[in-house]
Amino acid sequence: MELLQLGAKFGIYAVMAAILVFALGVVTFRNLFHCALCLAAALIGTAGIYIALQAEFLAGVQILLYVGGVITLVVFAIMLTEHLAGKTVRQNNAQSLPAIVGLAGFVTALIALILKTPWPVTEAALKAKTSAMGLGEALMGTYVFPFEVISIVLLAALIGTVVIAKKDAPEERP
Amino acid sequence: MENIGSFIDMIFVTAKAWILALLGQFLPVWIVVLASIVISGVAILCLGPVIMMYLTLLERKVIGRIQNRYGPNRVGIWGLLQPIADGIKMFTKEDIVPANADKLIHLLAPIMTVVPALMIFVVVPFGRQMTAADLNIGFLYFIAVSSITILPIFMASWSSRNKYSLLGGMRTAAQLISYEVPMTLAAVPAIMMSQSLSTNTIVLTQAGSFGLNWFIFTPWGIVGFIVFFLCATAECNRPPFDLPEAESELVAGFHTEYSGMKFALFYMAEYMNAFTLCGIAATLFLGGWQGPFLPSWVWFFGKTLALICIMIWFRGTFPRFRVDHLMAFAWKFLLPLTLVNILLTALWQFTSASAAWLFSIMILAAMLYMLVKLNRVFVPEKRNYVLAD
Repeated sequence: MELLQLGAKFGIYAVMAAILVFALGVVTFRNLFHCALCLAAALIGTAGIYIALQAEFLAGVQILLYVGGVITLVVFAIMLTEHLAGKTVRQNNAQSLPAIVGLAGFVTALIALILKTPWPVTEAALKAKTSAMGLGEALMGTYVFPFEVISIVLLAALIGTVVIAKKDAPEERP
Repeated sequence: MENIGSFIDMIFVTAKAWILALLGQFLPVWIVVLASIVISGVAILCLGPVIMMYLTLLERKVIGRIQNRYGPNRVGIWGLLQPIADGIKMFTKEDIVPANADKLIHLLAPIMTVVPALMIFVVVPFGRQMTAADLNIGFLYFIAVSSITILPIFMASWSSRNKYSLLGGMRTAAQLISYEVPMTLAAVPAIMMSQSLSTNTIVLTQAGSFGLNWFIFTPWGIVGFIVFFLCATAECNRPPFDLPEAESELVAGFHTEYSGMKFALFYMAEYMNAFTLCGIAATLFLGGWQGPFLPSWVWFFGKTLALICIMIWFRGTFPRFRVDHLMAFAWKFLLPLTLVNILLTALWQFTSASAAWLFSIMILAAMLYMLVKLNRVFVPEKRNYVLAD
């Protein structure tokens, strides 16, 4: 059994490394379509980490919404602007050095913060329900108000899209 | 008699348990755990391609009969070796890659299409205790994995650098995104009534007496099943929804530039998707492997093959949709129908049986009438152009 657990551990690290590599690909590739594909791979890898953390529902939703929905829309947009698909674009400019310095500062601050936080593991947290049923009960019980508010926001966004996309009716000629 | 029935019912499960017990006698536990995974995995990896091979033969035979001819009958008796001959032909064909193609993505696309198609097999309940992995998010897994199938098609169409491929890819995106919405919503009633996302539990709740308490025998089940099945047909690009590869308009759509085994991989993914989608439709609404007298896996394969035959029948009968009709059908007809169907299911749960039937049929009839009225195609008046002649 120890061997299996060791294998699983190495598998998770491999997935994490792959996510990093693909994330680098997103910001370095010069072709937009390649970047989009790398992003899709990175998002699938993230779903893999969710599965390793036993949050299967979240993993499923992650793939359904991000890979199935968002990435498809991104690729669709890239294909609609067809001249971009074949062209190569430089992704960095003269400001990359100050950006790296700023980013390095941010990352150090973040790591310091993560290391300082105690991350308590309590009995209650270990027993927390992560099944689809528990999530459904929470959404319909404790968090019913935010849930409904989010649906109204989404509905407003949908109606807004229709209003923006709608062509004005041709004016009546006198 | 009882014993023989249950033995045949559980024959595959028993075989796997027997192999594992044999291994367990002289191997450590962790190898047995691995072997359990490997056995299920190998079974699926063999099942997928074999199903694909014989579905192509079935399709050619049935289409042949519909068109009043025999279909393949030269290789082996009844043409049974035809798929193998096709496979050998595909392997020996020249692999042509267009000069301007994006070589890597052009290579990856056909490989990537097969992966999600095979992954869906994991949650299909083939029989009693015959789900490879009984995930508690089974149906969500199915929806999520089948939503990935869009990406490889995009990769194929974009990397070919061919305008017909690109058009095919665009059509695929529009079609698959549109039909995914009513497909998911059509399955919601079945999930509501079985109170579980696990495909195995959904089948178990449809047991009843004689294993005949199928969801399709309720008004919401019929509507849900028809919508789900139509969307499934659209999801695997089969006629009459085969716009992404419409040969009369787009040469062959997204796989125009593929030849040999790469082309065959696209076909393999398509047929495996057709099989799994029919299997999931049978699981959700036709009771999966539930049924009287016969072994469970016979019921499952029988139902699935019957649904596939209906798909083939569609292909032999219906002409192809026009693009705007296709979109309008999904968004203006199927989507409202599924939303009403979900409300109807809730009503069904809280009213007595006879009253529920009456209510449901009344609401559904009113809804259908309204939708048909609203979706009436606008036909402009015929005009005479006096000055045109």
